[in-house]
Amino acid sequence: MKLRKLFPALTLTLAALLAAGAQAAEFKPGLIYDLGGRFDKSFNEAALNGAQDFEKDHGVRFRDFEVNNDSQREQAMRNFARRGFNPIVTIGFSQTTALEKVAKEFPDTWFGIIDGVVDLPNVQSVLFREEEGSFLVGMLAAMASETGTVGFVGGMDIPLIRRFACGYKQGVLHVDPGARVLENMTGTTGAAWNDPLKGGELAQSQFDRGADVVFHAAGATGLGVLQAAKDNGKLGIGVDSNQNHLHPGSVLTSMLKGVDRAVYRMYEEAQGGGWTSGVTVLGIKEGGIDWALDEHNRALITAAMESAVTKARTGIINGDIAVHDYMKENTCPW
Amino acid sequence: MPSLEIVLSVLDSSVRLAVPLVFAALAGLYSERSGVVDIGLEGKMLAAAFAAAAAAGVTQSAWLGLCAGVAASCALALVHGFACITHKGDHIVSGMAVNILAFGLTVILGVAWFAQGGRTPFLGSEARFGALVFPGADAVAPLPLLGPVYRELLSGHNILVYLAFACVGATAWALYRTRFGLRLRAVGENPAAVDTAGISVAFLRYRAVLICGILCGFAGAYLSTAQGAAFISGMTAGKGFIALAAMIFGKWRPWPVLSACLLFGFFEASAAHIQGVSLPLVGAVPVQAVQALPYLFTVVILAGFFGAAVAPRAAGKPYTRGEH
Repeated sequence: MKLRKLFPALTLTLAALLAAGAQAAEFKPGLIYDLGGRFDKSFNEAALNGAQDFEKDHGVRFRDFEVNNDSQREQAMRNFARRGFNPIVTIGFSQTTALEKVAKEFPDTWFGIIDGVVDLPNVQSVLFREEEGSFLVGMLAAMASETGTVGFVGGMDIPLIRRFACGYKQGVLHVDPGARVLENMTGTTGAAWNDPLKGGELAQSQFDRGADVVFHAAGATGLGVLQAAKDNGKLGIGVDSNQNHLHPGSVLTSMLKGVDRAVYRMYEEAQGGGWTSGVTVLGIKEGGIDWALDEHNRALITAAMESAVTKARTGIINGDIAVHDYMKENTCPW
Repeated sequence: MPSLEIVLSVLDSSVRLAVPLVFAALAGLYSERSGVVDIGLEGKMLAAAFAAAAAAGVTQSAWLGLCAGVAASCALALVHGFACITHKGDHIVSGMAVNILAFGLTVILGVAWFAQGGRTPFLGSEARFGALVFPGADAVAPLPLLGPVYRELLSGHNILVYLAFACVGATAWALYRTRFGLRLRAVGENPAAVDTAGISVAFLRYRAVLICGILCGFAGAYLSTAQGAAFISGMTAGKGFIALAAMIFGKWRPWPVLSACLLFGFFEASAAHIQGVSLPLVGAVPVQAVQALPYLFTVVILAGFFGAAVAPRAAGKPYTRGEH
């Protein structure tokens, strides 16, 4: 008897509480990383940095989640959306399928995706022209190489990573048409983003074949590539975040991808009450892509290298240099 | 025709990749020869890799890291032994439990201690096992064939690599030339006979399980403080199971087990080299095909093309006095 009476009362209280919660809807941004994890010192960490900068500047706490396997993506997004997080920014191409599904279920929640395209009214997709930055670091690699052979280690074998490889190759050949570019992909599953041992082995095999500069686009796997470069007295090139500081003197430069800025901008826009759905493409011109020069690699970059790259950078911005985009036709002419 | 440098590079890489397999396969060999089936090699390696990287990171000493790795691995080995030998539990279930425990525990402790998503801090060169260069490595380099082989293949590895090969010899000697080895082999085949001779079955098996723990500790420490420079969650990536396959392929004998490990290492190493290279008739080999190669060969090998592999007769069976 008592229980039966108590139950409606409880439900009412609960409903009131929930309503109160909804009324006091605070700004709760969420962030979901890709495999490779928050501290990959590269792609995902760039997103974390962007969110942390936003937290510092605006005093708004964000919540994040590290995906450990593919099946968690959908769960994590749905969970965040149900708990009222808005906007929810997802990192990585692999989130596309899951986001398509979840974004439809929560049409009032704003979603963002980096490196993928989801064509829905509540989703903002941000792409980067990685080929442009890869071109620049490819030029630097070719100029720094003494053997005329340079290497590339990719993470998961997807068109996006082939785009890095293709731009890099074009940059290398732009400087030295006779150069040889060795290419390796780490794997075909998400595990390829988080296997530094294999990354190190692949880099080692490229060094043995004569390469003396190796560029990685492999998330945490690339940490093994940079480590191998240091252990062998060769040069590595970082990606996504500025990785020059990881092994000063052994990292020639890093290709910067403005994932941090993209995350920051999306949060800021949402806080202001707006949301631009659709696709944004960021390249050198838009400040989304660049190469890194700081005190850690200053000694490795000669004045001639710097001026050549600066010139090419301007050339790409004003359209004098056309960098091939692998993903247009899924082919690389080089 | 590939040049000598390429061949040496592949062989060199094979050796580096085979080392954790050699340690782990020998570990499994001791355990199974004594009658304790161990599918928990993977978990022990993982725990050791974490403990080694964490201790080396804090103390800045690779050797203290190694000790910590061996201790962590031995602790798990004793848990397995306690369940299987003292309490006569199911060896497979206990081994699996060790794997799951190690996978979860390393990440949780990693997050709690270092707050880097389960990763340990990167180790500087003083906290890792560096390469040992043999005397005269550069002096003999100009010699044809022998010079490069000595310089590239034999010299320039870290100490754990040489230890792995020494362990194979030591195991072969211990197994076939010592009293302990004789009893170890006997207890895996016919524990009742050993018991009748007045030797403790449980004590023998505990010793074997402890040796297994020590060797897995070496394997784990190699991964995180010699080959790599930090612990990454799940970094063993199935190597414990490949080692198990190598142990079976080597029919529980030390030298054949070594060959099996080197073969598996060679497959993995050559995958890196033939990736993206155009082969005659076939053209460029897709990445997927190249990466499936080691597993494909493992299946072919295990399908019995090289004779039946017979396990120690008492492996996996708990021993109860009077029941046999």
